[in-house]
Amino acid sequence: MNVQLYVWQRLTASVMAPLVLVHIAVIFYATHQGLTAADILSRTRGSIAWASYYGIFVAAASIHASIGVRNILNEWSPLTNRRADLPAVLFGLALAALGFRAVAALVLP
Amino acid sequence: MSDTLSELSVSLWRGTEQGRYETYSVPQRASQTVLDVVTFVQRHIDPTLSYRFACRVGVCGSCAMTVNGKPRWTCRTHVSKVAGGGRLEIGPLQNLPVIKDLTTDMEIFFEKWQAAKGAFAPTKTRHDPIAQIRPDTPARVAADAGIECINCGVCYAGCDTVRWNSDYLGPAALTRAWTLVNDERDGGNTARLQAISASGGCHACHSHQSCQELCPQALNPTASIAGLKRRTAVAYLKGEITS
Repeated sequence: MNVQLYVWQRLTASVMAPLVLVHIAVIFYATHQGLTAADILSRTRGSIAWASYYGIFVAAASIHASIGVRNILNEWSPLTNRRADLPAVLFGLALAALGFRAVAALVLP
Repeated sequence: MSDTLSELSVSLWRGTEQGRYETYSVPQRASQTVLDVVTFVQRHIDPTLSYRFACRVGVCGSCAMTVNGKPRWTCRTHVSKVAGGGRLEIGPLQNLPVIKDLTTDMEIFFEKWQAAKGAFAPTKTRHDPIAQIRPDTPARVAADAGIECINCGVCYAGCDTVRWNSDYLGPAALTRAWTLVNDERDGGNTARLQAISASGGCHACHSHQSCQELCPQALNPTASIAGLKRRTAVAYLKGEITS
């Protein structure tokens, strides 16, 4: 890992830390209130706030995880720095695609 | 007067990268160090045994070996503290090529020390007045915390990241860099921060703290490396260094 990747990983981690806490709080709230899927979707669909919240979450997680995967590949597989780039980027893109798809299902009317 | 207590069963690595442990019986004595044991084998049992030492008093850093699985400075390691059940297994330092028996090739260790820009870059000449350095400034305190490294290689041999990533500069080289980063007389910090920010530099450290646990000088390389991570990140964000 070089300093650029280090800064990106720490930056995305600092973005995710409060988002994770809010996400967990929302899970507790939803389960304690006994909200159904329909109840939740009725609150999130069309909401720019929830779209932004989980959109930022997905973007940060995709960048953060792909840098981590690149590091793991470097240390635990025969892939050296350059050769680990492609699988790490593909992993990040796959995470982003899955995440944004889920966000779309949550907020699009 | 004989102060022999009993016999130690000592297994020593014999060979190069390929080799085996051979077992010797060595008289156990009071206040005996691991280096004493190795020296006994070489002088009384097998003179072909190769190992490295110089000062015998914990200053030169040349006698480090793997003792019962852990890297240690053998001249200051008492047998009574490490020989559980009267058994010792002594091998060469890990993460370094073995030359023969207990002797490793330290070249890569010192090459990385140089790659981390571990050489002092003076800003004055011998004709200038001697710099007045206050010992209580935060920078000097940080530099002093890592200055007593004896380059024994114990931290390098015990580092998981070195084992996984052969490009990693290692705790000793980075600790040296940290002392110079905090040395107000040094003028090579931009090049130094650039060198340790590349792949294999300080950001590869996982903060396992094996170096801190094993350092015979009780230094804390993990803290030094954490300092370098902060310093390089700030320098990168300010545009003083590139990725």
